[in-house]
Amino acid sequence: MAKVVVVTSGKGGVGKTTSTAALGAALAQNGEKVVVVDFDVGLRNLDLVMGSERRVVFDMINVIQGDAKLSQALIRDKRLDNLSLLPASQTRDKDALTGEGVARVVAELRDKFDWILCDSPAGIERGATLAMHHADIAIVVTNPEVSSVRDSDRIIGLLDSKTAKAERGERIEKHLLLTRYDPVRAARGDMLKVEDVLEILSIPLLGIIPESQEVLRASNIGSPVTLSAPVSPPARAYTDAVKRLRGEKLEVAVPVERVGLVSRLFGRRVA
Amino acid sequence: MQSDTHPRMKIRVRGRSFLAFVIAPEPPLDAWLAELDGQLARSPGFFEARPVIINLAAITAPERGADTLLDDLEKRGISVIDVEHAPAVRGADPWRRRLLGGRDAGEIDVGDSERAPAPPEETSLVIAEPVRSGQSVLFIKGDVTIIGSVASGAEVLAGGSVHVYGALRGRAVAGAVGRSNARIFCQRFEAELVSIDGFYMAADDMDQALRGRAVEIRLVDDAIVVSPLGSDGKGTRWPK
Repeated sequence: MAKVVVVTSGKGGVGKTTSTAALGAALAQNGEKVVVVDFDVGLRNLDLVMGSERRVVFDMINVIQGDAKLSQALIRDKRLDNLSLLPASQTRDKDALTGEGVARVVAELRDKFDWILCDSPAGIERGATLAMHHADIAIVVTNPEVSSVRDSDRIIGLLDSKTAKAERGERIEKHLLLTRYDPVRAARGDMLKVEDVLEILSIPLLGIIPESQEVLRASNIGSPVTLSAPVSPPARAYTDAVKRLRGEKLEVAVPVERVGLVSRLFGRRVA
Repeated sequence: MQSDTHPRMKIRVRGRSFLAFVIAPEPPLDAWLAELDGQLARSPGFFEARPVIINLAAITAPERGADTLLDDLEKRGISVIDVEHAPAVRGADPWRRRLLGGRDAGEIDVGDSERAPAPPEETSLVIAEPVRSGQSVLFIKGDVTIIGSVASGAEVLAGGSVHVYGALRGRAVAGAVGRSNARIFCQRFEAELVSIDGFYMAADDMDQALRGRAVEIRLVDDAIVVSPLGSDGKGTRWPK
């Protein structure tokens, strides 16, 4: 049975789109049929991060308004043919999303794919609530800092009250994905500790993604980090997160950069 | 030039809630009044000291006895505070609709006892999950117990006391409708604001030594006192 996953956070800039792309690609690398859906109407980015921006013809709003068929709007990834993208419209705004239109698109996607990853816009307004409404699973992307944690807490409250599952009286499955984690700064006490974040949000931890240049580089070249640098620490962390998402029991560790003795000495001095 | 020699007085307004009964007379009115008399004979005092709202939705046509209905009810010791759906009734004209809103409290059994007690009201609320940022828990009738934490940006307002079995990081308001003996208890004190009976203490005024500890918060002589649980009430006062 298809699973609808919303990647959400409340706060902007914490890594929702990057994580959607990386998790989507990692799921596809495991042989699953995956579609990543951009819900950020008006500020679409997922197409860039996936490297599909030059192939966008139709988007989700066209499908909702009946101007295009779903199959025309879906863009198949060039690297993995079981990975697709449903882009958002850049020229419209979130009011163009209708509850019934989104319901129809999600229902149609459920027939075609194993995993439907919805990249939520920031905020708690229409776009974000529609992105989460049909979800079976929520991945709450959080940075280890107070404002991000509080916004995530707000989003968890909405997940428990505003989604279709909550309205039916069921519980939505929620996971915490801690991104932009910097072990050096955490050791210095400049960042919230992992256990503090978990204590405040009290939802299970899906993974810890270390802060890395690889993530930035991957976004810039339009490739999910699990494809562009599969052995880098962030890619390994995303791959492990996907294993947990698929039900594997795996200890969560903080992946570290493997550095040689020389660079470690110099690294210390610079820091 | 004019100077005000009177010291400024403080106006304190408090809320108080009563359960109002809504009764709906049905035609023919004389038969309905006879039935009411029978009921009152079996359970005298049921309407005593109770605010009553008359719902005239069933009286659609001009009905005999309608113009004297309100007097008839007053004579029976029923104190009518408002009338709903009054258009067809001439006697109801001076009783314009004054109250708005109101939440239905369900059917009340008048019963046949000497003095039927009102059904026991729920006087406590237990929430077995964390209160998330942006959520607000409001329970005026009594105590609120949270099994979990109250997040930063969340608030719990209770007519009685507030109990938090977890960290209190948001706001807690106890005695919200004027009860100075209400208290706040929490397992970990990291609150943004606590308030009892209108007196409040913001995070800036809280004793840093008590942050993160299990505390009890109460009102003593119009000052909020925070003390560690089990310390026999020796705590920090605000205002000092």
